[in-house]
Amino acid sequence: MDPIIILQAGVATGTVLLFATIGEILAERSGVLNLGVEGMMLIGAMTAFSTTIATGNPWLGVLAAMFAAGLISQIHAFITITLQADQVVSGLALTFLGTGISLVLGEGLSKAGTVSLLPNFSIPVLSQIPILGPILFTKQSVLVYIGYLFTPLTWYFINHTRPGLNLRSVGEYPSAVDSLGISVFGLRYFYVFVGGMLAGLAGATISLAVAPGWFSELTTAGQGWIAVGLVIFAQWDPVRAMFGSYAFGALRRLILDVQGPTIIFGLNNPFYYNPYWGFFLQMLPYAFTVIVLVIGSREAMRKRLGAPAALGNPYIRGERGK
Amino acid sequence: MAESTSLQKKRSGYKIRVEPRLDVPPAWYPLLVSLGAIVFALFLGGILISFAGGDPIRSYQHIAKASFGDIGVLSDTIVKATPILLVALACSVAFRMKLWNIGAEGQFIMGAFGASAIVLAPVLSEETPRWLYLTVMALAGMGMGAIWGFIPGYLKAKLNVNEIISTLMLNYIAVAWVNFWIFGVWSEGGFQMSPKFPNVAWLPRLAEYAKEIPIFRGLTTHAGLLIGIVAAIILWLIVYRSRWGYEIRLIGDNAQAAKYAGINITSNIIYVMMLSGALAGLGGMSEVSGVVHRLQTAPIAAGYGFTGIIVAWLAKLNPLVIVVVSVLFGALILAGREIQPSGVPKMIQGIILVSLIASDFLLRYRVRIVRADAEE
Repeated sequence: MDPIIILQAGVATGTVLLFATIGEILAERSGVLNLGVEGMMLIGAMTAFSTTIATGNPWLGVLAAMFAAGLISQIHAFITITLQADQVVSGLALTFLGTGISLVLGEGLSKAGTVSLLPNFSIPVLSQIPILGPILFTKQSVLVYIGYLFTPLTWYFINHTRPGLNLRSVGEYPSAVDSLGISVFGLRYFYVFVGGMLAGLAGATISLAVAPGWFSELTTAGQGWIAVGLVIFAQWDPVRAMFGSYAFGALRRLILDVQGPTIIFGLNNPFYYNPYWGFFLQMLPYAFTVIVLVIGSREAMRKRLGAPAALGNPYIRGERGK
Repeated sequence: MAESTSLQKKRSGYKIRVEPRLDVPPAWYPLLVSLGAIVFALFLGGILISFAGGDPIRSYQHIAKASFGDIGVLSDTIVKATPILLVALACSVAFRMKLWNIGAEGQFIMGAFGASAIVLAPVLSEETPRWLYLTVMALAGMGMGAIWGFIPGYLKAKLNVNEIISTLMLNYIAVAWVNFWIFGVWSEGGFQMSPKFPNVAWLPRLAEYAKEIPIFRGLTTHAGLLIGIVAAIILWLIVYRSRWGYEIRLIGDNAQAAKYAGINITSNIIYVMMLSGALAGLGGMSEVSGVVHRLQTAPIAAGYGFTGIIVAWLAKLNPLVIVVVSVLFGALILAGREIQPSGVPKMIQGIILVSLIASDFLLRYRVRIVRADAEE
């Protein structure tokens, strides 16, 4: 139960949630709620793993995963943007579809054995910083470092660039964007695709770095849904999403570590002597998601913050008030 | 601008025009569209199956034969359809109000837990009359399911917490909760299951009446089917013939109008989530008492909650149509168990749902192919 190890592992596993959450933030900022994150992540994890087995190159696996998940996200885009169907039901359907397809195509992958994984390394100078060095910069996967760079870049992109302004506008008031001659459909298709690619990257992060392998539905074990919850907690802000994701990652590691020692805080460890008490620990991430949602929703109500105004509404040109 | 578009039309000759449907389409039209969507989905699924190295035609033949081939397998199909039926009813009433209860799976599991607790605690002695014993089990199942629906309902109504995510998270918590009891407290000799229930806790099966009616020999269809059909009829009456049902439908169609009409949305959210949870919980009771006869995670957390969502949607949220559709999905699940690769039933369910949602477009819009030069 070394807090540094827990936080280090938290950052590593939290990177999965980070990519998925930021992807969903981008899609929702454009006005499209995509509940298919879990399905897209499974597609990504399966594609990454099988591509790496076939080619021996994990980077190809990552690219294939992003492309495959991005591709399947376009089903959701077509149904909700062009066909104007309900985004909630379509997103659910995408999760079923993604889960089903990845189970069918991933058949037998669980016995595939080991593959070459993405590299882990330490950053020379930064890893010497006390406390932060070992947590953030020692023996982390290359994807974790990509996450460090990616989060502030996304934040800057959304808040301080012209395309970012277009993104925010299309989620808040699409008809204004349309009147400027910018394609609402085009932007939304694009950001759903980006969201899908990031969900695929999150899946690849699991199967090629954090918990290597393919374990059918248990590969993601509901992390896609936790990501959707984190978006609300993060109030559609990538930096808040980063802290939320790492906190969740640390919680997952803490749960594992609590069950190990025979004595904890000077007492006999109940989770060691009665392993089935561990099921209460297993509930924690999910219970925590609900608590985080309550906090996020309360804060949003108090500050009158909220989801992008057009989130969940199809854009129909010429309709009033959309 | 105008010139360039007219040039394009001349080149293509024909043009697809999409226009909003102003009239109400005839009654057979939605049915045709749904059937078309399913055929399309099976076709797509077939392509994917062959892509994964299977034989689609043999897979589908196998599904048909292994689920409707003779009275024995038909009975097994109905056994699989029973939990789907109750869960789909649970989903339909919540969806009717645009409450996205994705937690029927968890409510189903908690219902199974509640019913099992009556047997395993034990709350009632085995000498209790069977009808009373089963009634108490059903009430306990519904109660636990309703509690599991109340939590997200309350959070949604009072704190504006997104019910999709809260109900989903409660699914995972329900599984861990049941695991705690069957691994620890009620474990039978260290196995991950409770002891078998005594006969008094079994829902009656057709096979029990084989002495009077020989054709029932070996049939596993149990009274849960009856419970499900009665529940469907009652739910239909509530939704289409009662004042409360009118309120539910009005909130679902136009929450703003409902509010102006003086309907209390907050309390309706909580009540409907509890009703939804109770129906799913009843499904859980029917499954442990009618099929599994013990508390065990794998057979009760088998994804019925998610299949129920698709069935409810396919039946356009109509309780009576749900009865029919759940039999078809029972067949898919029953026969799908032996199909390789094993993810096929799940994938086909996903494709069916996607095609159905996409096909709704045809109900709202009219797609016409017109001659380009006939225009204007």
